[in-house]
Amino acid sequence: MRRRWHRVNEALIEALIRLCGISATIFVLSIFLFVCKEALPLWNDKGFHLREFLFSDQWYPTSSVTRSYGVLAMVAGTFSVTLLAMLIAAPVGMGAAFYISEFSTPRVREILKILVELLAAIPSVVWGFAGLTITSRLIVRFTNADVGVNLLNGAILLALMSVPIIVSLAEDALKAVPDSFREAALAMGATRWQMAWRVLLPAARNGLTGAVLLGFGRAIGETMAVLMATGHAVNIPGSVFDPVRTLTANIAAELGEAPAKSTHYEVLFLIGVLLFVLTFTVNLAAGFVIRRERRT
Amino acid sequence: MLILAQAWSEAYAVVDRNVAVEVSGGGSGQGIAALIKGTIDIANCSRNLRPEEAAAALASTGKEPKEFVVGHDALAVFVHHENPLEEISMEQLAEIYRRDGTLTRWSQIGVGLPSGRNKIVRVNRQSSSGTYEFFRDHVLGGRDFHLASLDMNGSKEVVELIASTPGAIGYSGMAFATPDVKVLRVSIAPGQPAQAPTAAGVVSKRYPISRSLLIYTLGEPRAPVRKYIDWIRSPEGQRIVADTGYVPIRCEGKDAAGECVDAGTE
Repeated sequence: MRRRWHRVNEALIEALIRLCGISATIFVLSIFLFVCKEALPLWNDKGFHLREFLFSDQWYPTSSVTRSYGVLAMVAGTFSVTLLAMLIAAPVGMGAAFYISEFSTPRVREILKILVELLAAIPSVVWGFAGLTITSRLIVRFTNADVGVNLLNGAILLALMSVPIIVSLAEDALKAVPDSFREAALAMGATRWQMAWRVLLPAARNGLTGAVLLGFGRAIGETMAVLMATGHAVNIPGSVFDPVRTLTANIAAELGEAPAKSTHYEVLFLIGVLLFVLTFTVNLAAGFVIRRERRT
Repeated sequence: MLILAQAWSEAYAVVDRNVAVEVSGGGSGQGIAALIKGTIDIANCSRNLRPEEAAAALASTGKEPKEFVVGHDALAVFVHHENPLEEISMEQLAEIYRRDGTLTRWSQIGVGLPSGRNKIVRVNRQSSSGTYEFFRDHVLGGRDFHLASLDMNGSKEVVELIASTPGAIGYSGMAFATPDVKVLRVSIAPGQPAQAPTAAGVVSKRYPISRSLLIYTLGEPRAPVRKYIDWIRSPEGQRIVADTGYVPIRCEGKDAAGECVDAGTE
């Protein structure tokens, strides 16, 4: 009797754990389906053309003359801000991770790790506020930029926001490299710099790539800070001092006003689908890169 | 008109302790969207309800929206305080803001900025804003805005951004003016007399971009809501309108239904 009860118990717990395991997938999948469902009526909408949506930069969802729904400028805005942010954040984050993991004393390491975690805990709206009131004004003062809320300003904020993620993940990746690698390198007479550059970097390559890509994911999905800091202008940027608008910021700014079930409302959901597809592609590509490297 | 709604709700907390007025912003379009859904009692609005919006509200809630005039406003045009410009015409504004407009550099209207910058940075509101639609309908004649303007979430953000951007121009309700920005006088066409956005200019109709501030309710408002609107239209509520920087309605008397009759400025 007691044994039987034990077995039932076991099965129950197993089922529960399995449910927890797949629940994340179920949630993501149902969100995706919901977003698709809201955008679906567009296929029969005469005022909407997919080609215009993808390849036009004319975003006039509330025009009283002719409405058009082109998101090209916002796609350009999203990618330019995110890539520029990664260009800043990846080297800085990597450098910080290498310093914390390989060069600092244990005491300094503990302090730095706490500070990095603190940086990660700052809400994005606070970053946005800093971008609006501090960095944007510095940009106007020290450069010849026409506006302070621009691509560079947004990228700096996104870089600051994704650096903590990159640092902690990259540091984990470096920690995962067995100490025997370090000992071997030092025994061969390598300096610590040579050890870090020639041995640890190749050995931890997968984890480091993963760290940067997760930082990229954090940056591309960020909404509040870029909404406040990039100027929110529908504009294909010609320089880093041009204001831009990102896809996420556009959804956040316009979903509240768009009348439910209107073309505008449905197009905003289609932008959501587009964002899903973009991030999914980035993640998939990242997966491929990492797997291929593992094989070689 | 968010600052006005907030000022009213704060003052009303003392008048009637049993009623809590909760205010949320985001532009007239947000208020109207919520009114159509039936989730709010009062929609403050700085533009008139469109017929299709009234129809949507009727279809979704079964009630016809009712309009109350609660004040008047002028759209002020701002530039950075270093900008030597003093006045601008409606035509010039339209050429700066409309799609394919011809004015993109300050030098084109004879303005040299001290910092040497020349580009006209157009600060705008996001499309849910009543101010945005009013500007589009009355300054651009219903034509589209030029894209690539900086679309701010609120009037306060517009003024703050202009204060920190030397080449900027922007517009918002007159109440949002601060000492950090310069308010321009506006004329119909270059060469004609320009008028500053003052209460006198609004009442005399000489200032070219003025409008009414409105409240919409779903059907006849419930007693506490009615009481609140009546208080807003009373001298006490209208004093807050003036204190906030807008132009009060002049209650000339009551009509047959007991409504306060507005002498009107439009």
